[in-house]
Amino acid sequence: MPELAPWLALAGLGAFHGVNPAMGWLFAAALGLHRRSGAAVWQSLVPIAAGHALSVALVVGLVLALGAVVEQRSLEIAAGLLLIGWAAYHAVYGHRHRVRIGFTAGMAGLGIWSFLMATAHGAGLMLIPVVLPLCLAATPARELTAAGSLPISLAALGVHTAAMLSVIAVVAFAVYQWFGVGFLRRGWINVDLIWIGTLAVTGGVLLA
Amino acid sequence: MATWQPDPSFYPSPRMAAKAPVEALAYVAAFDPDRQQPDCIAVVDVDPGSPDYSEIVGQLDMPNTGDELHHFGWNACSSCLCPNAPHPHVERRYLVVPGLRSSRLHIVDTRPDPRQPELVRVIEPHEVMERAGYSRLHTVHCGPDGIYVNALGNADGGTPGGIFLLDHESFDVLGRWEMDRGPQELAYDFWWHLGHDTMITSEWGTPETFENGLVPEVLLGSRYGRRLHFWDLHRRKHQQTIDLGAEHQLVFELRPAHDPTSAYGFVGCVISLKDLSASIWTWYRDGGQWAVRKVIEIPAEPADPELLPPILKGFGAVPPLVTDIDLSMDDRFLYVSCWGTGDMRQYDVSDPMDPKLTGTVRVGGIVSRATHPRAANGALNGGPQMVEISRDGKRVYFTNSLYGAIDPQFYPDGIDGWMVKLNAEDNGGISFDGDFFVDWPKSHRPHQIRLEGGDCSSDSYCYP
Repeated sequence: MPELAPWLALAGLGAFHGVNPAMGWLFAAALGLHRRSGAAVWQSLVPIAAGHALSVALVVGLVLALGAVVEQRSLEIAAGLLLIGWAAYHAVYGHRHRVRIGFTAGMAGLGIWSFLMATAHGAGLMLIPVVLPLCLAATPARELTAAGSLPISLAALGVHTAAMLSVIAVVAFAVYQWFGVGFLRRGWINVDLIWIGTLAVTGGVLLA
Repeated sequence: MATWQPDPSFYPSPRMAAKAPVEALAYVAAFDPDRQQPDCIAVVDVDPGSPDYSEIVGQLDMPNTGDELHHFGWNACSSCLCPNAPHPHVERRYLVVPGLRSSRLHIVDTRPDPRQPELVRVIEPHEVMERAGYSRLHTVHCGPDGIYVNALGNADGGTPGGIFLLDHESFDVLGRWEMDRGPQELAYDFWWHLGHDTMITSEWGTPETFENGLVPEVLLGSRYGRRLHFWDLHRRKHQQTIDLGAEHQLVFELRPAHDPTSAYGFVGCVISLKDLSASIWTWYRDGGQWAVRKVIEIPAEPADPELLPPILKGFGAVPPLVTDIDLSMDDRFLYVSCWGTGDMRQYDVSDPMDPKLTGTVRVGGIVSRATHPRAANGALNGGPQMVEISRDGKRVYFTNSLYGAIDPQFYPDGIDGWMVKLNAEDNGGISFDGDFFVDWPKSHRPHQIRLEGGDCSSDSYCYP
């Protein structure tokens, strides 16, 4: 039986990404309020989750592909440094991007928005310390190979995205249906600070 | 500095903002028309319970002379809560104060002592011109992704005027906003419908046609601005022009509905060449396009030519000169400044296509020179101009100067500055607060007012 902890970690990171208002539940709830439609909330969740999953898949895929040609320890160090660098970048420039998508966005626009937000936030990078060992453990020689990594990383992506989607669905609908946006005034704690900390810690895990 | 919670003055929706605490201070831009002394940001006590009520309790002088401080805005506001660009963990703290004549930008810190703001950064005109290609800085709005500033001229003082962005943390000039400006050349005001991804801009004229006063030939030739421009807010592309027609000159202040689901707003046109009337227009969605309709026309008032300034003697009438308008947070009442006749009008615009006049006060005015209960001198000059409404809609403040070079064309004896306050009834009706009258120091003239914590023209909202 495979070890459960990494899969729980993937689901936990999915939930963490989902809770962050910048990853889409707030946008979905706002679109519902604008269009006075609960269906608009649900429909928005699909491209938001898809954009997020695509961003995570690309980043994880790139790192694993690199792993097939680079020695494992070098890969870990490079990925760890990248994560810490991303944390620093996000701390300084995280909020200073041009806005490209607004309230009239269609499904494709929402997907692009979610993809850009997840990528800029380093959402995929955050999963590397979990996905990398899983893929290594999948081959007898503990090497990164396409045959070994593909099914594992797809499963990882599935678990992560399912957790993320569940959380944004629950939060977006609860805010749309019951709570309203008034609580944002005091209840919206600075998730970005926690996020930056998490990026730095995951980077540290890889370096250790 | 990042904060742990959003600034308490940020509100997700205009409905919530209308329940904000009552303001205790107002910041007022004031300029020396002779350009001998530095312009300043004055702090006025607007707390009726304070011993200094209706007094200037603080003042920050600019480092240079001749800036002509005009409009200004906050570094951050409720738009930081928008879901597509969320970053609400900042403080509403800095006033971004441009010089209309100098093109210099001042960053003013209202903390730690809101009564004694401090200057923390000056962005010199050449920096604005080099990085943005614009000059004659006019209006400031805090946007979801930065601070938007517009300018009436390009770096050489010609056209086009337009909008540029400031980084909302460093205040560095980021550059020109427009990607594709289409036929837009002239600029005056700008604001947006965040819920409809639309920017709207209006038109005045090029710097050489206003910096020495209005030029009668340009006005009579209908060569001042008369158009509205609609833009894709995020693609930064011009989408549509609406020409109000050759008789309509000077298309000024834009007041979109605060409710982000509403797609309409109001714009004032200063003067009609046909009959000197002023007008208010409503823009709205019509199918896939924007359209406008004139919803208010305020006629000129016949007057003895003896009492009129040279520019008006031949007409024998006082034009209303609607130079500023402001919309209450609930999008119900529109306030209309008639700088010529001296009226401050309140309209119920619950039906934006059919406004109803619900209140009028008169103070100053070219001919009327109407007084105020607390004015020492019985004949006030200047007229209602820059108007600001408290977030709860119960208090309205305004000042009486328009622009240094234009003031003497309509008020040749000069303008003695004043600031007054109205109380507004819940269901319409306005009256002077008899205890509030700021007899402005003669060295300066007051212009735009910003209320502590935000007001009805400072913030935009993403949630209904």
